[in-house]
Amino acid sequence: MEVASTGTLKNKTRFLDSFRRNIILRRVLSNRLAVTGCMLLSVIFLMAIFAPLIATQPPLQMKVTDRLKAPSAEHWFGTDEFGRDVYSRVLYGSRISIAVGFSVVVISSVFGLVLGLYSAYYRHLDNLIMRVVDGLMAFPAVLLAIAIMAALGPKIENVIISISVVYIPTVARTVRSAALVVREQTYIEAIRALGGRSWRIIWRHIAPNCMSPLIIQATFIFAYAVIIEASLSFLGAGTPPPQPSWGNILSDGRTLIKQAWWIMVFPGIAIVMTVLGLNLIGDGLRDLLDPHTNKAKS
Amino acid sequence: MAKYILKRILYLLPVLAVVAVVDFVIIHLTPGDPAAVILGSDATDMDLAKLREQLGLNLPIYIQFGRWLWGVLHGDLGWSIFMDMSVSTAIWEHLGPTVSLTLLAEVIAIVVALPLGVVAAANRGTWIDQSFMTLALLGISIPSFWIGLNFILLFAVQLNWLPAAGYQPLSNGLVNHLKYLIMPAVSLGIMQGALIARMTRSSLLEVLNENYIRTAEAKGLSRFVIIFKHALRNAFIPILTVIGLTFAVLIGGAVVTETVFNIPGIGKLIVTSVMRRDYAVIQGAILMTAVAYVLINLVIDLMYVLIDPRVRLSK
Repeated sequence: MEVASTGTLKNKTRFLDSFRRNIILRRVLSNRLAVTGCMLLSVIFLMAIFAPLIATQPPLQMKVTDRLKAPSAEHWFGTDEFGRDVYSRVLYGSRISIAVGFSVVVISSVFGLVLGLYSAYYRHLDNLIMRVVDGLMAFPAVLLAIAIMAALGPKIENVIISISVVYIPTVARTVRSAALVVREQTYIEAIRALGGRSWRIIWRHIAPNCMSPLIIQATFIFAYAVIIEASLSFLGAGTPPPQPSWGNILSDGRTLIKQAWWIMVFPGIAIVMTVLGLNLIGDGLRDLLDPHTNKAKS
Repeated sequence: MAKYILKRILYLLPVLAVVAVVDFVIIHLTPGDPAAVILGSDATDMDLAKLREQLGLNLPIYIQFGRWLWGVLHGDLGWSIFMDMSVSTAIWEHLGPTVSLTLLAEVIAIVVALPLGVVAAANRGTWIDQSFMTLALLGISIPSFWIGLNFILLFAVQLNWLPAAGYQPLSNGLVNHLKYLIMPAVSLGIMQGALIARMTRSSLLEVLNENYIRTAEAKGLSRFVIIFKHALRNAFIPILTVIGLTFAVLIGGAVVTETVFNIPGIGKLIVTSVMRRDYAVIQGAILMTAVAYVLINLVIDLMYVLIDPRVRLSK
């Protein structure tokens, strides 16, 4: 008897879940801009995943006789000063950008979430954490990342660390302001009155209600991380050559801009596609998840 | 009002303290012996010991911090071994181009973005709104240094209208100054402008939803008067805030833009110093940009008082 009833209850919630998911899916699909964003980003993700299959030659392979060739049937995006194929290098570059962006999102979200939740819940921690956050946010993002790179040395892991440090405060602030609203709700007071433990209140009841702003923020952080990685590599303080990243291909392109425009044009288009895709998705998610801006827009 | 201003200034002290600590700590994250990094692998033990002594590396870290902070508070940011001059002198010599570049970029951004945002909000939902906002979205998605590279390709390499790179100080004539600065300033200003345009639009839309705007409409005021006299003033605080906050984006963008256009500013100074591991300069220059950012936002917070009497009257 009991087993059966929980069974139907489970079925019912499953039905409701799929129903809700359908509504969300339909609303995402009805947002044309978000769909465009997803398509742009899918292209980049497919490039990154299938790079070894669709590259026309290894990204590091040099051929002296093929130096600085303009785009052609053989070299779709032309070649660089060492005769390396720019198309293949841009493909492999997408792996760096996506790996860096994704790692930064995960690391900064985890640390930012913990800091934001605890500073919203424990008011005496709040002052301390938020002053440090304010201090860190006073550094322009690119500069803070450059300074950390200068100290740690140009390595891809360090690129991830430095950009994560830049965005942990941003996430912490977003989560904190969402959590401050949630913690004043009556149901939190009720749980506390019932003797709910703090960590349980924080993780089980407050954290899930801070997810929408966190997810929106994470999308934009992915976009910023791609731009900052490209900037660092462009300046020579990011992904070390010869490993191709969009930024360091652009840096080669800058010095050869008079002879070979194609080296700087194609990686730039790839960056714009990625960042535009992410911004479109972020705007779409915000319209969807944040009722406040919804009202202002409609 | 005096209380508000005093409160804002007092609030800065802990932030500046954190800025100083973070700036110091980052540079001391360097793994290994900084003296060995500076002198290279073929340095003798004697030289290493001497440099360590000179840089105070043998002292406990908190004493090093205390000494450094004491110096900073007295205007001494340290000594650059590579340039053989004080860090403050180096920053001072590179300050002009960066100030010119960021100011021009900010002015271009505001002059273009405010009207775009207002027009988009006033024509909400029409094709004008949609095309302006698509432009703004593109603006925040294209890295400024890539726009700069495209400008060089188009206006310098192909059309030969403008110099590809370099810098002329204002003392060599305004036209000359602007000829070198216009491409970097526009490419830097685009992202800034796009952010301001988006904020202007959404902030104005929010205000246009208020009841008092409906009252103004009901009593028959023209759309022009409603927007410019009643709505824009109230929409201005978020716009101003975004201008202040995105100043960090502007300074960060300037670092890369200066490298693209070979402008001898603070950004170029920092990048060169990173390449030769001139930690004193990196530390000093980054500290100064963070302090500048904090002070600019203080000025903006104080401007609220001028724009919005409610800030003046509260508390």
